Amino acid sequence: MVTAAQNRSWYKRNEIAVTPWLFLLPGIAFFLLYVIIPIFQSFWISFHEWDGLGEKTWVGLANYERLLGGDRKFEVSFWNNVRWLVLYLLAIPLGLFIALFLNQTVRGIRLYKSLFFFPFVISQVVVGLVFTWFYLPNSGLFDVITGWFGIDIRGGVLGNPNTATYGIIAAGLWPQTAYCMILYLTGLNAVDPEQVEAARLDGAKGHKMLWYVIIPQLKPATFIAFVVTIIGALRSFDFIAVMTNGGPFGSTRVLSFYMFEESLSEFGFRMGYGAAIAVVLFFIMLLFITYFLWSMYQDEKGAR
Amino acid sequence: MFPAPIQKSSRRWRITYQVLLPFALLVWLLPLLGVMLFSVKPASDFASGNYWTIPASFELFNNYGRVFFESDMPKYLFNSFVITIPTVIGAVALSAMTGFALGVYRFRGNLLIFFIFIAGNFVPFQILMVPVRDLTLGLGLYDTKLGLILFHVAFQTGFCTLFMRNFIRALPFPLIEAARVEGVAEWRIFVFVVLPLMKPALAALSVLIFTFIWNDYFWAVVLTQGPNAQPVTAGITAFNTQFGVAYHMMSASSIIAALPPVAMFFLMQKHFIAGLTLGAVK
Repeated sequence: MVTAAQNRSWYKRNEIAVTPWLFLLPGIAFFLLYVIIPIFQSFWISFHEWDGLGEKTWVGLANYERLLGGDRKFEVSFWNNVRWLVLYLLAIPLGLFIALFLNQTVRGIRLYKSLFFFPFVISQVVVGLVFTWFYLPNSGLFDVITGWFGIDIRGGVLGNPNTATYGIIAAGLWPQTAYCMILYLTGLNAVDPEQVEAARLDGAKGHKMLWYVIIPQLKPATFIAFVVTIIGALRSFDFIAVMTNGGPFGSTRVLSFYMFEESLSEFGFRMGYGAAIAVVLFFIMLLFITYFLWSMYQDEKGAR
Repeated sequence: MFPAPIQKSSRRWRITYQVLLPFALLVWLLPLLGVMLFSVKPASDFASGNYWTIPASFELFNNYGRVFFESDMPKYLFNSFVITIPTVIGAVALSAMTGFALGVYRFRGNLLIFFIFIAGNFVPFQILMVPVRDLTLGLGLYDTKLGLILFHVAFQTGFCTLFMRNFIRALPFPLIEAARVEGVAEWRIFVFVVLPLMKPALAALSVLIFTFIWNDYFWAVVLTQGPNAQPVTAGITAFNTQFGVAYHMMSASSIIAALPPVAMFFLMQKHFIAGLTLGAVK
């Protein structure tokens, strides 16, 4: 009984210092186990040759030497990742454009906004399937429409190594644009009407107004749109798995897909090599993560 | 307001806008309308190459009925619910606590822990893949719903903590101080003072996580196989083999698979959008 009373008083005395750690404990434990520790384990595995079952064999940097020393599949995947990154960013201006178009108060506009946002709610697997049918050679709606203009893509958009990646990116842009649109619609709602009026009195109109008055005020929305779009571009896996499975002739592989293919597919279980690809992807992502965190840190300092 | 309200512009532009609006929507949703059309067509339409014509016969009940009674679809749907709902509860509960700890208390390492949660949430899935699969195998949870749930809860806690912490930061702090002066225990402050104020954040995160988890494909493929544990996103690709190129059946199943998050979105739109903007854009 005495110890219980002592414990209690110790807890009482240190309540404010101890409570946050008690509240953090379950969350941190889960996050460490499933997210933080696995990152380091992947680094470790990438120095080995491992089939996922037997013993790991230490190979040092051999996986990286092979990867960066002229692995054709790696090069294709890497450049496709760059394409994804650059083209995916189009979702931001496109989203802004649609948001400006829809930022009116006419009848039924709420429903229009919801329906424009619709593609984002659907799973990427379904969007991927939908676009696969949209792109079907000869009978797909896309092919029918381009046919009117006399354009014929050999083997269909997804069957042609020159167009397949762009076809998939376009499919990915559909929901991503919807996301950026909703961010900007919310942002536009918060634009200070007095500043807009003041600028109007000063004779600002149209694109001048947009560039010098509106877009600076939309900065928080743009930041989030940028973050989610970059992350989305580097996470592109579902679309590729569903739409082309990396083909034709491996032309649509990206790093995330190539990693999966090496470690967990009918081509074998090269976990060590897969982990090395994941580490490279991780470092590419880390560049952006560092920038995001740095921006957030500046905000935090400002708030204090 | 920008752009200038349409009511203030010329009559001609007003009419153009009213016409343009439904037309733009039609173009925007064209791929989706195509699938809806596919899903009510009979098989014979595809056999004869009439992909985009008016259906020769209206097969809505037939196609959707077959998906429900002649495929594993109900099983996959059930799995999706069994995976998604506990994940939502788990991630929201854990992050309400971490968010409270990081949002209310000042202590060394606060910001560091917060940033680790955010950074972990942005990491590519692939760097977690091999070790998480290994861990799940080791726990004997490979190809079980629980294995997926545990991982999802852990991973989503990162994102949810970001959201919860920022939300709690914006709450009026004097309320908490007043309770402290009254001598209320810290955990009671959490339950009786902070939690009731967090209802909007709880709602926003719940709908958002529901959609994220329902739509997850990657982890479903990595941690499960077959209709015993796989959710509907993974199941639907299995239909590719079951139905072959039966576009009408595939379309019908896709639409069914997409329906729960869509319903969720339309029912809880306000919360959903609040969640998506990460609470940073007001």
